[in-house]
Amino acid sequence: MSQMAVQDAPSAAAPNKDAKVCIGVKNLDFYYGGFHALKNVNMNFFDRQVTAMIGPSGCGKSTLLRVFNRIYSLYPEQRATGEVMLDGRNIISDNVDINELRARIGMVFQKPTPFPMSIYDNCAFGMRLYEKLSKSELDDRVEQALRKAALWDEVKDKLKQSGMGLSGGQQQRMCIARTIAQQPDVILFDEPTSALDPISTGKIEELIEELRADFSIVIVTHNMQQAARISQYTAFMYLGELIEFGPTTKIFMEPEQKRTLDYVTGRFG
Amino acid sequence: MSDTTANAAPQGQVKWGRVRQSRRISDKVLRVFATVSTMLAVFVLFWILGMLIWKGGQGISLDLFTKITPGPGTAGGGLLNAIVGSIVLTFLGIAIATPIGVMAGTYLAEYGKGSKLADLVRFINDILLSAPSILIGLFVYVILVMPFRGYSGWAGSIALAIIALPVIVRTTEDMLRLVPNSLREAGAALGAPPSIVIRQISWRAAKAGIVTGILLALARIAGETAPLLFTALNNSFWFNWNLTGGISNLPVTIYAFASAPYDNWQQLAWAGALLITAAILALSIGARSLLNRK
Amino acid sequence: MVAVYERTYQNATKVTRKANPFGFDPIFAALSKAAAITVLVLLAGIMASMIYGGWPAFREFGFGFLTGTQWDTMNDRYGGLPAIVGTLSTALIAMVIGVPLSIGTAIYLTQLAPAWFKRPVGTAVELLAAVPSIIYGMWGLFVFVPLFAAYFQVPVSQVVEGMPIVGTILYARSPSGLGILSAGIILAFMIVPFIASLTRDMLDQIPTVLRESAYGIGCTTWEVVRHVLLPQAGVSIVGAVMLGLGRALGETMAVTFVIGNANRLSASIMDPGSTIASRIASEFNEALGMQMNALIGLGCVLFFVTFVVLVIARILVSRVKQY
Repeated sequence: MSQMAVQDAPSAAAPNKDAKVCIGVKNLDFYYGGFHALKNVNMNFFDRQVTAMIGPSGCGKSTLLRVFNRIYSLYPEQRATGEVMLDGRNIISDNVDINELRARIGMVFQKPTPFPMSIYDNCAFGMRLYEKLSKSELDDRVEQALRKAALWDEVKDKLKQSGMGLSGGQQQRMCIARTIAQQPDVILFDEPTSALDPISTGKIEELIEELRADFSIVIVTHNMQQAARISQYTAFMYLGELIEFGPTTKIFMEPEQKRTLDYVTGRFG
Repeated sequence: MSDTTANAAPQGQVKWGRVRQSRRISDKVLRVFATVSTMLAVFVLFWILGMLIWKGGQGISLDLFTKITPGPGTAGGGLLNAIVGSIVLTFLGIAIATPIGVMAGTYLAEYGKGSKLADLVRFINDILLSAPSILIGLFVYVILVMPFRGYSGWAGSIALAIIALPVIVRTTEDMLRLVPNSLREAGAALGAPPSIVIRQISWRAAKAGIVTGILLALARIAGETAPLLFTALNNSFWFNWNLTGGISNLPVTIYAFASAPYDNWQQLAWAGALLITAAILALSIGARSLLNRK
Repeated sequence: MVAVYERTYQNATKVTRKANPFGFDPIFAALSKAAAITVLVLLAGIMASMIYGGWPAFREFGFGFLTGTQWDTMNDRYGGLPAIVGTLSTALIAMVIGVPLSIGTAIYLTQLAPAWFKRPVGTAVELLAAVPSIIYGMWGLFVFVPLFAAYFQVPVSQVVEGMPIVGTILYARSPSGLGILSAGIILAFMIVPFIASLTRDMLDQIPTVLRESAYGIGCTTWEVVRHVLLPQAGVSIVGAVMLGLGRALGETMAVTFVIGNANRLSASIMDPGSTIASRIASEFNEALGMQMNALIGLGCVLFFVTFVVLVIARILVSRVKQY
């Protein structure tokens, strides 16, 4: 899709050099049954920065994302070893309350996943689980979240209607609202725009750019222009290994590894 | 293949009619046989329905719904006590079977991934689904009627519950399996533990299907006769909400009255048969349309 | 390099956490597991209660309970052979008549019926499966049996009288219409919709590509059915047939109405007889003591026969899920 590295010139804001590490990954291995899907991954994710993960399909970028909120634990045959530090604790060791972890690390999926309930209930779902809120506090938080997700104006008159009735792009923004309503530390995006049309994609990208003020963001994408447009840091993965990680400008303009250069210039992948 | 060769053949000789006679005949026989079998089945359905409407329709009157079953040699009478008794037994049976069945189906679909116990339960449930209902009647007789020395409404509804249970387990599991996994992941990703994901997301998404299963179970037990013979039995008294004694019900009344020597009893049996079949077919059609509407 | 992480959002509201929000979670998991185990307990309970209730009869009569032919309530001597033979022969007749009709119906519904016709006919067949057993019994006794006696039993008996073998099997000593053959035919009507809808679902699961490619090389419908569909769905169709057999073996009310309920071992299928289920249904409420135990003992025999049939059926049917 891209012919020249120059065309992918990053347009996002420059990385904040003083940002603290929010997730530290050390010696991480991941297995689907007998298949070794992630091999000794080491990298850091920075607070209130957007980190994009790119690489050809099957390279392990989504797998890595699914380690951070331990969603893989739903499937008994999947396991991870190594260290993923969040807030001073290794989240893949067993003494972490998985549910609480997931409340702190939100995730937005590839396809919109509206729950079979009203728009309001969709947005209130996470908050109702963990917080004691009065009706008016809950109303406020739902409105706040929908405003942040740039959906409020479109749905404010039909909060009681089913979330399944919205368009694909609206559903995805509702899922983002649902996630940020919980005020997580980190939001994981798993190819959030791959099922959407270009206009909806544009809206979601703008949204991610704004959310960076409040949340650390990790986004998996197979669209390199998207990575260049919205991220401060980029990680390139290939066959389960982290090939190169650094500021997005560097990865796209002057990567150190030849494989990275080949990928970002469209020679393979 | 034959088309292309036929079109391409320059001499225009053997184009059509290459299918051998024996192949044509075997095909014809199959088509006729399949069509006739289907028409026979449809014909039997209409025959049975026609018979019920013809013979039972004559007995539909206000008395049927307002008077209780007559004693031997007594004129008139209705089916009020049997209708009420049947409704109570059936709904009680469903009320017992639904929570257990939905929970068991939930276990199979949501918790039982790759578990040996779930495989065994699924297998045994399928056996129970087709087990003869008369054996379930005998079972309840041995465990409830024999020790407590008496037929009872409770025993009847428990027997019906055991027949309804596997239907509900099976449909609940099947319907929950149709709920996309991405919804469960999305729920878990917000920090919801399994029980919340199941109750607030999976059950909601599968609601129409689960209700269909319950309606089908209702249709299944509404006409069951054999298990009630040894459990609820019958009485010809006014229904009195006493579920510890025998309780009158439509199927057993129909069975007792159908071949009785009194004309009014036979008439009541036909009217009852019409009522019960109409109710069951309405339930089945309702359940199907509920599922198709989704 | 790894800095201590702390969270400081400009507009993060203070979060009040619920204490132990999900105490119910393990309870819910345990409840659902208990419900699943209930299913196992029920089947085990049915098996145990049949053995327990029938035990006095097994102990008293031993193997003779299966091979004895007398059912003598005056002297309390019970042998189950006539009922066992009646059960097996009615089920066999039902299968011989019902299976071809079922498969024919399934083929019509999946291959031949015009699209607009499929839905109503399919629904009609399914509704026929929902009609309760007792209604089949009444239809059998009051409609089918008189017609059967007048237009089949009487003429056939006249024709076959004196002939070897068929003269024995098809001869009706008293052409009342009641008997093993009538029960078998009614059973056949009851299992056709059941087997047909299962088979239809299985044929529908066969990928369309297979069928189309066979038609594409010029096969007739018969050849597609014979060489593509039946081999593909074969094992599971046998499973469906076995499920129908399980149903025919244990069917009670319809059979009780039309079989005549005679404790007789007759060589003619035109004669009245009884099945295990019809024997239990017609005698149970007056039975006392050993007669009751003998009836439950018969129930135990029925349980094990249907159990074996259903286990085989389920194993065969489950193969179809591999598509």
